[in-house]
Amino acid sequence: MQPLKAERRDPAPSRTAYRIQRLWLTPLFRLLLRVGLPVLVVLGPMFWYVTDEARVDDLRVRIGDLRNSIEQRPEFMVNLMRIENASDEVAEDIREVTAIDFPVSSFDLDLTEMRLRIEELDAVARAELVVRSGGVLEVTVRERIPAIVWRARDALELLDGDGHRVSALDSRARRADLPLIAGEGADRAVPEALELFAAAGPVAGRLRGLLRIGERRWDLVLDRDQRIMLPEIEPVAALERLLALDAMSELLRRDVAAVDLRDARRPILRLGPQAIEFLNAVVRPGDGDDT
Amino acid sequence: MSQFYQNQRAMRTQRQAALQRGIIGILDIGTWKIGCFVLRFDGVAGNALGDGIGPMAGQSRFRVAGVATTRSRGVKFGEIDRMEETERAVRTAVQAAQKMAGVRVDHVIACFSGANPRSYGLTGSVELHESGVSERDIARVLASCEVPEYGPDRQVVHALPVNFALDHRSGLSDPRGQIGNRLSVDMHMLTVDTHAVENLLHCIKRCDLELAGIASSAYASGVSSLVEDEQELGAACIEFGGGTTGLSIFIRKHMIYTDAVRMGGAHITSDISKGLQIPMALAERIKTRFGGVEATGMDDREMIEIGLETGDWEHDRREVSRADLIGVMRPRVEEILEEVRARLDAAGFEYLPSQRIVLTGGGSQIPGLDGLAARILGRQVRMGRPLRIQGLPQAATGPDFSSAVGLCLHAAHPQDECWDFEVEAERYAGRSLKRAVRWFRENW
Repeated sequence: MQPLKAERRDPAPSRTAYRIQRLWLTPLFRLLLRVGLPVLVVLGPMFWYVTDEARVDDLRVRIGDLRNSIEQRPEFMVNLMRIENASDEVAEDIREVTAIDFPVSSFDLDLTEMRLRIEELDAVARAELVVRSGGVLEVTVRERIPAIVWRARDALELLDGDGHRVSALDSRARRADLPLIAGEGADRAVPEALELFAAAGPVAGRLRGLLRIGERRWDLVLDRDQRIMLPEIEPVAALERLLALDAMSELLRRDVAAVDLRDARRPILRLGPQAIEFLNAVVRPGDGDDT
Repeated sequence: MSQFYQNQRAMRTQRQAALQRGIIGILDIGTWKIGCFVLRFDGVAGNALGDGIGPMAGQSRFRVAGVATTRSRGVKFGEIDRMEETERAVRTAVQAAQKMAGVRVDHVIACFSGANPRSYGLTGSVELHESGVSERDIARVLASCEVPEYGPDRQVVHALPVNFALDHRSGLSDPRGQIGNRLSVDMHMLTVDTHAVENLLHCIKRCDLELAGIASSAYASGVSSLVEDEQELGAACIEFGGGTTGLSIFIRKHMIYTDAVRMGGAHITSDISKGLQIPMALAERIKTRFGGVEATGMDDREMIEIGLETGDWEHDRREVSRADLIGVMRPRVEEILEEVRARLDAAGFEYLPSQRIVLTGGGSQIPGLDGLAARILGRQVRMGRPLRIQGLPQAATGPDFSSAVGLCLHAAHPQDECWDFEVEAERYAGRSLKRAVRWFRENW
């Protein structure tokens, strides 16, 4: 005999269902499930993958390949270098220094490093490197302009206004237009030297150059081996005073071996041999005969 | 004495631990239904509500977060009869309430109506060493009560001091600090059968819950359905339950007597079932739809169709008049009320200053019961509904939820602070340590 009605289900939850519901209502458990489980799901496979060396290597190789294939696309290739605002020699030097064998991917170019390397060249004051579209590496250079010739201990060198070396010079005659300085440490005082040259305009025709003495002060050398010993402090003002004196009394045209301006209170003259003779004859006529 | 002192204190600490956690379950295990409330205590201090609003006996501190009721199974006369079935019913109720509240309940306070509650009045008195009554004196006087021999398989559920007397002055509710020579106390103690409590404990353990306190449902309904002046002046609460009818007498806001008649709504249903020869489920439905206790001429003409499915057409198509139904129900209701009256008389209820009787419980919804009760109990009778508490759904505000609501109030505002006294007095070392800890907290 079968019952006519289906047996009514017990409305009470089973012990398991009851316990599961209570567990589910536990805040810590919910937190664990809501946060811990997704974290586990995400991090677990990652961890499993990472633990095997071979898989990681494989992954690394594949990533490298992918990277390569993107880098080697023609859109990213650089085919030639264009150098702007540079003389041929400097351009030659730049090409030599950068030493890129084209074509090369623009990802492989370290522009900053290349810029520093180019700027290390003496003739280059500043360089800007830009990869232009069409695969052109454009190097815009500002060259150093030679302002002065320095006769160093063993060679002639061209310096710019800041005293930075521009290039070597084989003979003074090639750059006769530039003033000449000499002496140890003269390159470190080039701006001052330029000021002095500017101030020495009235005697420009006779000017041979500036000589750095003891790495601290200048001697202005004129022709006839005439020297103007300038002070360490404010040499330009001293020179201007002397030139004013010269304009008045034509001091420098006379037989003066050296004018010592180091004492600011008065210039001291060293006379030439003829002048001394003349002085002796004129000022103390009897003295010479007596002795 | 010391043993039940320990018991009471243990129960109190357990309940306070549960309150600390903020979530507590209320389990009303009745013969007909099992109700479960989930209370959420959010720690609003009672006095912080504003001017003129008192702590309201702790009602403002909690709200009901989840409510569920289910048909009770395996409970007879308010006692657990078949553990498995009752456990299932408890699980159903607890699960539904938890689901509604969205929180997990770990501690429950349970009440039950059966287990032969019996009240004892205890007295104790001590001489005071100093002139003022200190907390230690109260602990001493509580400990000095002589406990009667209540039997080996009985257990104390409630034990509360009802009245303190200092020398010849009686009626003190808090004698602390008052001057006198002799302090005496009247205490009310309620014992129940141990096996019922143990069964309940076991059943709740099996549901992975912890029992944080038990109460008699007659006490709980009295707490919820007697208004404040009734509790103060003296009133009896009669709770018509399914399997038992509990009664509790209150005066001066304390329960002084509890008893239970082992008859209730289930017996009325079974009378109908026997009298009309119908199954219990149908009898219950007819009782709740058409039941009453006062027959009028109209009721003779109101015919109730009994639709049965036995196959015997004559038997199935019977009609009974409502008067017949009332004729079946009334003797049983009268019997219950007579029994209640006998208990009230035995308790000396007529000597109380006010003799208000409040009818509550699911069975009190029988129409006309108040008239019949007034005739039998002979006093001012009113129908009682439980106090409204925060968050209680409309469906759970009827008189059949009075014991569950009362249990909520009991959980929020238990009246057993007196059991703290000895702890303070005895363990002075612990207290100084506590003070040191408190000093650290305040200063760092």
